[in-house]
Amino acid sequence: MPSLGADMESGRLVQWLVKPGSVVKKGDVVAVVETHKGAFEIEIFEEGVVSELCAKEGEELPVGAPLARLTRPGEQSVPKAPKAAPEAIPVSVPLAVEVGRAPGTQAAPLASFVQPSSRPRASPAARRRAGELGIDLNTLKGTGFDGSVTLADVELAAAGGAPPKDPSSAAAPATRRRGFDPNEMRLAIAAAMSRSKREIPHYYLASTIDMSRPLAWLESFNRQRKPEERLLPAALLLKATALALREYPQLNGFWEDGRFRPADGVHIGWAISLRGGGLIAPAIHEVDKHSLQSLMGALRDLVGRARSGGIRGSEMMDPTFTVTSVGDRGAESVLGVIYPPQVAIMGFGRVIERPWIVDGQVTARSLIIASLAADHRASDGHLGGLFLSAVDRFLQEPEGL
Amino acid sequence: MTEAEVRQLVCDILSDIAPETDPAMLSGGRDIREGLDIDSMDFLNFIIAMSKRAGVAIPEEDYPKLFTIDGVVAYLTSSVQPQGTRSS
Repeated sequence: MPSLGADMESGRLVQWLVKPGSVVKKGDVVAVVETHKGAFEIEIFEEGVVSELCAKEGEELPVGAPLARLTRPGEQSVPKAPKAAPEAIPVSVPLAVEVGRAPGTQAAPLASFVQPSSRPRASPAARRRAGELGIDLNTLKGTGFDGSVTLADVELAAAGGAPPKDPSSAAAPATRRRGFDPNEMRLAIAAAMSRSKREIPHYYLASTIDMSRPLAWLESFNRQRKPEERLLPAALLLKATALALREYPQLNGFWEDGRFRPADGVHIGWAISLRGGGLIAPAIHEVDKHSLQSLMGALRDLVGRARSGGIRGSEMMDPTFTVTSVGDRGAESVLGVIYPPQVAIMGFGRVIERPWIVDGQVTARSLIIASLAADHRASDGHLGGLFLSAVDRFLQEPEGL
Repeated sequence: MTEAEVRQLVCDILSDIAPETDPAMLSGGRDIREGLDIDSMDFLNFIIAMSKRAGVAIPEEDYPKLFTIDGVVAYLTSSVQPQGTRSS
C-alpha cells in the first residue's frame, strides 16, 4: 500500500486491474485505492508478471503492507518452478511509512467511483447518470472534449440511440458513485495541517510582482490561438516558480529525520480546491522541463481529473514543493501552510489593478502578491527572499519561460 | 442554434465541468463563476467546450460576455449565423 501523502495511514483496495499472470510494465495502472481523499489509480514501478494478489478487493491495509507479489522478467522463463516466490518483490513502493491507525479513521464506508485507464474518460455527471440508468460506460463512445463520455452521450444511449461500441470490452465492474467523503477529507486536512503547524517553524515572506508585462505578453500569445491552446496566468506562475526552484534547490525537497533531503526533480503540487469541500495538491512532474503549452495542458488535465476522481497515486505521492494560487476571484494574498514533509509553499494572490510607480511616474499596473512560507529548519529568510526575486525575474521575461 | 438549444448545451457542459452543481437551477443573469464556484481553469474548459460544440471561435476579449447563461445565449444566437465564424 503506497503512501499517498504524509497524512495517509491506511488505504482501501477498491479494485484490482490486474490478475495473477498479468504482465505489467513500469507506469501501468494496476489497482484503485481509496483514501480519505478519494479514489486514486495506483501505478506499478516495476516490470514483470503478477504472481500473487495479497490484498483482496475491499480490504483496508496500512501503508507499507504488500498488495501483490511480482516475478521479475528473467525468472518467468523457468515455467517448471512451482513457486517463483523467492525473488518476488512487493509491489508497494518503499517509502518511509508511519504504520498505525488513528482512532476513528478506520473502515469508513466511502462510496467512490473508479476510473481505470483502460476505460474511456467520462464526466462525473455522465458517470452518475450511467450508474442510475444501469448503463455500462464501456459500451459508449465519448463525444466530449478529449473524447470523454458526456452526460448527453449517456442520455442518448438511454434513449436507445447510441450504437454500443465493442461488446467484448463490456466486462467492467458496476459503476460506483463518485467521490470522497467531505468529513474524511476534513479530518485528513486537519491531521496534515496540525502536524505542519506543530512541527514546522514557518517563516513568511511576500513580494509584490508587477504582472503587466507577462500579462500583456500572455494576451498577445492567446490572441491568435484557439481556446484549447490558450494559456492562463497560472502556467506562467508555475513555470517561473519551477525555474526559480532550480536555482534554489534548498526549497525543493523534504525535511526527514532531522535533516533536509533535496528532491531529484521539480514536482510541484498544485493546490486544487474541491467544490464539495477540501482540497488536494497533486503533483505535476518535472515542471521546469515543460513548455508553457504542455504545462497548461497538464494543469487543465489535472484539474479536470481532480474534479472527476482520476488522480493517480504517483501524483499524490511525490510533490516536492507546493504552489497555491487563488485564481481570479480569490483574496489579494495568501500565506500558505507547508504540507509536510515538504519545506516550502508558494502562494499567489489574485491579480489586482493598483497605482504603482514605474520610472518615477505613478501609473496603473496589474500586480500580484507572491508569498513564500518556508521551513526555518531547512532555510533562512535571506534565501527565501532571493527565491522570490528569482520568481519575479523569470516572470518579467515571459518569452523565455 | 435556438435559444433552448444553447441553454441545454450550456447546462450540459457546465454539469460536466462542475458535476457537484445543478446549473439548471442557476438564474440566467447570475455570474456562473460565482453561482457554481468555477475557477479560471474550469472557465477555460467551459470556453473550450462551448467553442468546439457550437463551432464558434470565442476570442479572449469576449469572455466577459459569457459570464452569465443569458450572455452565452445572446452571444451564440447572434454570432452563430448560417456561415458563422468557425473556430479554425
